[in-house]
Amino acid sequence: MATINVLILVCLAYVVFLFAVAFAADRMAAAGRGKWLRSPVIYTLSLSIYCTAWTFYGAVGNAARSGLEFVTIYLGPTLVMVGWWWGLRKLVRVGRSQRVTSIADLLSSRYGKSNTLAVCVTILAVLGGTPYIALQLQSITLSFSIFAEADPSGLYREGSSVFWVAAGLAVFAILFGTRNLDVNERHHGVVTAIAVEAVVKLFALIAVGVFVVWGIAGGIGPMMDRIDASEIGQWNVDAGRWTTFIFLSAAAFICLPRMFQVMVVENDDEGHLRTAAWAFPLYLLFMSLFVVPIAVVGLDLLPQGANPDLFVLTVPLSQGNDWLAMLSFIGGFSSATSMVIVSAMALSTMVSNHVVMPIWLNTQEGTGSVSGDVRNIVLMARRVSIAAIIALGFFYYRLSGGGAALASIGLIAFAGISQILPALVGGLFWRRATRTGALVGLTVGFVLWIYTLLLPGMGGAWMPESVLQNGLFGLGWLRPHALFGIEGIDPMVHTVMWSLSLNTLAFCVASLLSFPSPLERLQGAQFVNVFDHSVAPRGWSGSVAQSEDLMIMTQRILGTGPTQEFFQAEAQKQGGRSHLPEPTPGFLNRLERELSGSVGAAMAHAMIGQIVGGSSVSVEDLLAVADESAQLLEYSGQLEEKSSELSRTARQLREANAKLTQISEQKDSFLSQVSHELRTPMTSIRAFSEIMRDTDGLSRQEQTRYAAIIHDEALRLTRLLDDLLDLSVLENGQVSLNLSDDSLRSVLDRAVPSALAGADRKITVRRTRTAERIFLHTDLDRLGQVFINLISNAQKYCDADDPVLVISAHDVGGRVIVDFIDNGSGIPPGARSMVFEKFARVGGDKAGGAGLGLAICREIMQRLGGEITYLPGQGGAAFRISLPQAYQQAAQ
Amino acid sequence: MMSGEGNKTKPPGTRPSLFLERQSYRRHRLTDAARILPFLGAALLALPLLWPDPSGGDAAVPLSSAMYYIFLCWGALILAGFVFGLAARRMAAREGSDTGAE
Repeated sequence: MATINVLILVCLAYVVFLFAVAFAADRMAAAGRGKWLRSPVIYTLSLSIYCTAWTFYGAVGNAARSGLEFVTIYLGPTLVMVGWWWGLRKLVRVGRSQRVTSIADLLSSRYGKSNTLAVCVTILAVLGGTPYIALQLQSITLSFSIFAEADPSGLYREGSSVFWVAAGLAVFAILFGTRNLDVNERHHGVVTAIAVEAVVKLFALIAVGVFVVWGIAGGIGPMMDRIDASEIGQWNVDAGRWTTFIFLSAAAFICLPRMFQVMVVENDDEGHLRTAAWAFPLYLLFMSLFVVPIAVVGLDLLPQGANPDLFVLTVPLSQGNDWLAMLSFIGGFSSATSMVIVSAMALSTMVSNHVVMPIWLNTQEGTGSVSGDVRNIVLMARRVSIAAIIALGFFYYRLSGGGAALASIGLIAFAGISQILPALVGGLFWRRATRTGALVGLTVGFVLWIYTLLLPGMGGAWMPESVLQNGLFGLGWLRPHALFGIEGIDPMVHTVMWSLSLNTLAFCVASLLSFPSPLERLQGAQFVNVFDHSVAPRGWSGSVAQSEDLMIMTQRILGTGPTQEFFQAEAQKQGGRSHLPEPTPGFLNRLERELSGSVGAAMAHAMIGQIVGGSSVSVEDLLAVADESAQLLEYSGQLEEKSSELSRTARQLREANAKLTQISEQKDSFLSQVSHELRTPMTSIRAFSEIMRDTDGLSRQEQTRYAAIIHDEALRLTRLLDDLLDLSVLENGQVSLNLSDDSLRSVLDRAVPSALAGADRKITVRRTRTAERIFLHTDLDRLGQVFINLISNAQKYCDADDPVLVISAHDVGGRVIVDFIDNGSGIPPGARSMVFEKFARVGGDKAGGAGLGLAICREIMQRLGGEITYLPGQGGAAFRISLPQAYQQAAQ
Repeated sequence: MMSGEGNKTKPPGTRPSLFLERQSYRRHRLTDAARILPFLGAALLALPLLWPDPSGGDAAVPLSSAMYYIFLCWGALILAGFVFGLAARRMAAREGSDTGAE
């Protein structure tokens, strides 16, 4: 029979061996040797800290109580690993590109480097982790006590052994977990030691399993018969618990701080995931392969009431196989120690980076040039945190007194830490997830978890029976095990379902209702699209003077040697001669990452921000953020364009419609005008011809007068018809131009007298003859017709007492411009747009024209490639004629 | 077989686009398979929920059969993951050498 002394000796020897392994691995890593330290095998084995003492011993206990249900705890992680392409790949890439140091750091980094969030996650992790550590201590103590019972010497005392175990673990974690503070928190020594422990515990469990199956049961066939014949021999698993536990273990596998530590932080190469994706499930499969046989044989062999949690130990012991029991003890010891060490390391990193350091830096604020080494303070904070966390676990164990209350703590811790899941998954896949959303979701889930699971599980002192029975404040729908009045659900399933679903709901709703800060959006884009732009997550800009400050600060965190090396390398990279590199954005980014490996992303960002003063966002970053806003903008721009195009078309349509209406009215009025114009002379012609026909004895004088009237009216009719014909010819474009060359002066010379001929009161025409020496090549007769029209119009309509018409001519770059400006009252503004229309007459019928003159002028000018416009604001009526100096065919 | 066909019929260099297309098609198919895997696993592991419930009076499934089923599913998932891992590594290596050669 192995004595407790031998056991302690073996234990110590094993610990010394682990120390040696860790030390050697650290030495090899420091020397740059030992490629195998970064092999996928080591990575896979380090993941095995998922299998704690709770799973090493507890799985068998669980199987003895509820059959295959234990396997759910392994199936969840299997699904996660098998589906690594979905989530883990991204998680690891993000973790590496952002240099995160813990899961709290990851969330804080994703949600705008918010330390509040990091503190929340840290508290959650510590609350969930402490009982878990206590559980490991308990398992070690229990396994010790099994041997102690068998040992007659009775030297063993439970309390002190727990203390020494806890102290030893703390020393190990401090020695190897806080040796280095540099690059990305990788601890080769610890990881290698854990890998060794992983092999040991797997070997131990398989050894016990082989012993049970082939040593006791006598082979696989008999074993299976024995299993079917046992009290757990039927498939009898609650559906709710089955699915919930698979989901829960999958969630916890991602969210547990220690798993994050080994899976993401200690990851050397993303390619390792490829191997771990199948190798780790294989490990889990081997871990659970012999669980049911051990449980069944234990139930058979051991007396009623034996603790099934310890079958792994007691079955070999009962068969007198002490060395196997010893091996199994070492296996359980390995599971417990590796979990405690990594847990303590992960939690201490979170505590020191997110709680201790911010507080310490705040107290140091204002004294920017504190001498001393921040690095030492970070390390000290971490060491103290490790000791404190293990001490917390120790006290929790002592206060709770061990026992059954602890046994269920594993799943309770799982449910607690899983509350991170919505914020984590949302942060990785949903760009619009915000810090507020994450905080609200975490709080809701956390509170529900405490209220429905943690407090009821801790017994009457923490939650009175009345609350459990009648709900908080006597509200029935607030009963911790029957929220909203839905009863009869398994408490674990109940908690997981409500806390996680309400957590997710709160997270989504709060994210939708809140607006992220620019840094959050930036980080959101960096996280969600990590495969598109995983380089240069943010930009800094600084001035040369700040390099020195940066160096001083970095020295305080990384130490003098590494800092000078880093700065020298950077300076050389920049090609400068000085020892200090220019603070280019690239350099500052690398520096921030270097620092974030030691103090976390939020701290590093804040520290560099303090010195450099505000971050500047690079164009690529802006582009990444602007991506979707750009899409939105583009879309709304298109809409705007379309709508303006529509309104433009509508305006054109309205204009066209108005024009059509106007033209239709013009046509009507044209017809009535024409009939009217024809009728007036016809009436007088008819009247006077009737007088001449019917009246006898008209004097010769009278006859002549009447005949003259008839003749005049006939002439007027002819003129009107001529004009109409002229206009119609012009409008139809059938006019043939008679092109010739002459000066503008001679055209005007001819036009003025013929326009003024026969007028009673002649208008004074003022011309500047020298300016009129412009030679034209155009239809001079038609042009003259326009001039005559304009001059006679002025003669007719100018209402000034002393009417004057000024004709001025200019040559503007090949175009001839002739203005006709009189000193009358001009054309009223409302009528200006109509003067060039047919039969448009200003001021009634006063002058007796048909109103076709200007219409004809406009047509003629268009034919000649020019135009006639009304010039407003010249004092009187003013018309401008402009036409090309030489008529061109193209103008036709 | 497919790759042999692709290499045999296309002289190297003349039509590289087809070759690349085939490559990226294969990569996409591979990642699709990898993505389906966890869902397949979840479906397989949810299947036992349909087994008869002994409390309802039905004949229960013996635990040994349940163990065979679950461990076989588990092993199949691991095997599929292993095959995918190998394929992904080969693909990565090939792409690495391709880009290295260019």
